Amino acid sequence: MSTAVARRSTLPGFGLTMGLTLTWLSVIILIPLAGLFLKTFELSLDQFWGIISSRRTLNALRISFGLSFAAACVNLVMGTIIVWALVRYRFPGRRLFDAIVDIPFALPTAVAGVALTQLFAQKGWLGAPLAELGIKVAFTPIGIFIAMIFIGIPFVVRTVQPVLIDLDPEIEEAAASLGANRWHTVFRVILPSLIPALLTGFALAFARAIGEYGSVIFIAGNLPNVSEIAPLLIVIRLSEFRYADATAIAVVMLVASFLIIFLINRLQRWAQTRIPAH
Amino acid sequence: MVRRILPLIAGLVWASSAFGADYSLLNVSYDPTRELYADFNKAFAAAYQKQTGKSVEIKQSHGGSGSQARAVIDGLQADIVTLALAYDIDAIAAKGLVAADWQQRLPLNAAPYTSTIVFLVRKGNPKGIKDWDDLIKPGVSVITPNPKTSGGARWNYLAAWGYAQKKYGSADKARKFVADLYQNVPVLDTGARGSTVTFVERGVGDVLLAWENEAFLAQREFGKDKFEIVSPPLSILAEPPVAVVDRVADKKGTRAVAEAYLKYWYSKEGQEIAARNSYRPHDPEIAKEYEKSFAKVELFTIEDVFGGWTKAQKDHFAEGGIFDQIYKN
Amino acid sequence: MSMQPGYVTSTTRMRGYAPAADVSVAAPSPRRQSARPLPIAAPRDLRTEPGPIRFIIIALAVTFLSIFVVLPLVVVFAQAFSKGISAYLGALAEPEALAAIRLTLLVAAISVTLNLVFGVIAAWAISKFDFAGKTFLITLIDLPFSVSPVISGLVFVLLFGAQGFFGPWLQAHNVHILFAVPGIALATIFVTFPFVARALIPLMQEQGTLEEEAAISLGASGLQTFFRVTLPNIKWGLLYGVLLCNARAMGEFGAVSVVSGHIRGETNTMPLLVEILYNEYQFVSSFAIASLLAMLALITLVVKTILERRLDEGRVPDGD
Repeated sequence: MSTAVARRSTLPGFGLTMGLTLTWLSVIILIPLAGLFLKTFELSLDQFWGIISSRRTLNALRISFGLSFAAACVNLVMGTIIVWALVRYRFPGRRLFDAIVDIPFALPTAVAGVALTQLFAQKGWLGAPLAELGIKVAFTPIGIFIAMIFIGIPFVVRTVQPVLIDLDPEIEEAAASLGANRWHTVFRVILPSLIPALLTGFALAFARAIGEYGSVIFIAGNLPNVSEIAPLLIVIRLSEFRYADATAIAVVMLVASFLIIFLINRLQRWAQTRIPAH
Repeated sequence: MVRRILPLIAGLVWASSAFGADYSLLNVSYDPTRELYADFNKAFAAAYQKQTGKSVEIKQSHGGSGSQARAVIDGLQADIVTLALAYDIDAIAAKGLVAADWQQRLPLNAAPYTSTIVFLVRKGNPKGIKDWDDLIKPGVSVITPNPKTSGGARWNYLAAWGYAQKKYGSADKARKFVADLYQNVPVLDTGARGSTVTFVERGVGDVLLAWENEAFLAQREFGKDKFEIVSPPLSILAEPPVAVVDRVADKKGTRAVAEAYLKYWYSKEGQEIAARNSYRPHDPEIAKEYEKSFAKVELFTIEDVFGGWTKAQKDHFAEGGIFDQIYKN
Repeated sequence: MSMQPGYVTSTTRMRGYAPAADVSVAAPSPRRQSARPLPIAAPRDLRTEPGPIRFIIIALAVTFLSIFVVLPLVVVFAQAFSKGISAYLGALAEPEALAAIRLTLLVAAISVTLNLVFGVIAAWAISKFDFAGKTFLITLIDLPFSVSPVISGLVFVLLFGAQGFFGPWLQAHNVHILFAVPGIALATIFVTFPFVARALIPLMQEQGTLEEEAAISLGASGLQTFFRVTLPNIKWGLLYGVLLCNARAMGEFGAVSVVSGHIRGETNTMPLLVEILYNEYQFVSSFAIASLLAMLALITLVVKTILERRLDEGRVPDGD
């Protein structure tokens, strides 16, 4: 800090801007979140544990986390394939497909929710043929899974894309000229150097899916213990006047989000220490 | 940038508050009453203007009955609540927003219109559903919302229970019946309207348990050629109550107009509006006039079978109550 | 040092882009395909796959994107126009729809303006000075990204609800926050909190402090320095952050749903109205509003692409 001050003391406004930043941050983020934690302190540890370990809560958390994880896995694989196609190949419509990758991010979740429901309902464009095959998507856990895949797509693609673009072509050429076949080069040389980005994209998609509400509730069946996601359970608890339950579940989810951010940070650091090694 | 945005904000704020009625009421209601209150509000505003010369603008908020009660408790500035069941208004009263004797302040337990629970089935009734027993048959898929959040769902549940208890004679058998019924439920929406959309628009399920008025509405909206209403011989008398939210009305100075609003329900015009929207009216004349619109159903009350809402809520829908137990197994 | 969607950390590599910079959220995209064309002739054999595999990969990518991204978008417009153009326009001209559009614009204007001012101030403090706990501060700014929208609404119910911490005081003083515009705006500000700041921080870090220091040493005041030197340098990045902030502000559903109270014609934003109309069997109207929001998303993407080009052009050619 002392060195920094010495080096940058010529610019004005540090005290003012930092003061405003902290004030605004406190008003919008810190005080509200502190209120959430304060509310849970009204519960005894036993009560808190009772709420969290009830079957309904556990199932909701399991559904949210489990399906988010599965959806993030799909996004990881499909995201990699999409990135590969977009970066390495030239095909008609490539730029267009590159642009639409961001749609799930820009489209309001409620719109995504009604659209996916319409699409996958029994009478929907995709729901009808799938129903013929005996697969029900809307109002089942598969519906939640689909919605979570939808919202997670941009995260993997957009984290991996710049890394793949930046990848030094010489590594591949070297590997190939040393006699490695293409399969080997891809899986032993290219993919390992993408791992930090892949994991980060995975974690981002995972984090986003856990908290997702708007696009999921329309298509989920909302059956307790079967297709009821944790954020919906919070809303239900609220409408049952059970604020303590709602906040307890919220705290668990919040802690989970913290952990995921933390993990992402570690991945970033790992990635940064790895890259110069090339 | 800011200089350009500020006048825009000012303009929008002005535009959104530019209504000029003498009184403004907020009626916080449950899900299926949207069309009913659209009709009623218009009629009341006209009648009130004629009578007093004052204009009144009524705003509506709709949602699951429990969620709506929660919003009022959290500070939604409702002058009037018109919810699906007495327990939800009791919950508001418990916080002191509504006087505890609210149900005695208006005639008929403060329920100016009633309804019952019927079955909506697809055209031709392919699964042959005639009575409650048909709902627990294997392979019949039943749509009903979540009793934890939806008032209508609680009436559905209690109607099924009341039927079974009357037919099979014991609470244990009723419990088994209701548990079997919920085995056949593939989706629990949070509100009655959500369930109707699931059944009607998304084509899920063989039978929808619905408010009678909601079933009629769905039939009107989507055509009689697509859905049929089956009225079981025995069902529950559903009494959706209304009340003035004293604390808000007193603060806003709208008590007189809010009370006039609710009293209007008991007039001939009010009762006619209820009947026209497929709610069962009390007024004998109007009831006679609309006799043909409503099937003859033997109706039991929540007092008869469950000893009132407070007890029903505690036994069945509270945390760890019978509904939770059913879903635990 | 947090790495939220698309956010670029303070300690990233040369150009300020973390390896995981996700352009979809805020980090200006380093689209450098053109800067480094695929090697031609000889190396091509070494750096690509056999034709059939290439075909399969492209087919998989295109199919997946078509099913999961394009089709939902098409459904929105197909449903909105299913009863013809006049039904569509009629749905949008409803007073309730207009009220929702107005409220959405109002809330977006409030939250984008506030987050714009805050974002610039925070980015100045964070990128132009060194101080202890900087990474922690950035993590806090990022936090709203990982918080479920429902929780973002819930915290304000706990604070400002009649049963909440400040509820009794607010009631006594007749101040309405929850179920009114201030509550909706607060929830939206919370959700969109990081966008502008996180778009600017990496950009301003990358640009360093030399130009500003020169201006100051020539006698310019702090504000003059900011408006004459810094702002021209960050204008595209700033617009980028504002664009994404606006898209999210207009589209927020979960958080707003919890604090809105759903008063018709008064506290329903466009995304809430989509749900309400959907539940009233007014599918055309519902999808008509949804189509406006979808168009907003499409416009956002187009402008974003343009801004990314601008940002790339303004960038110093990389030296690696």
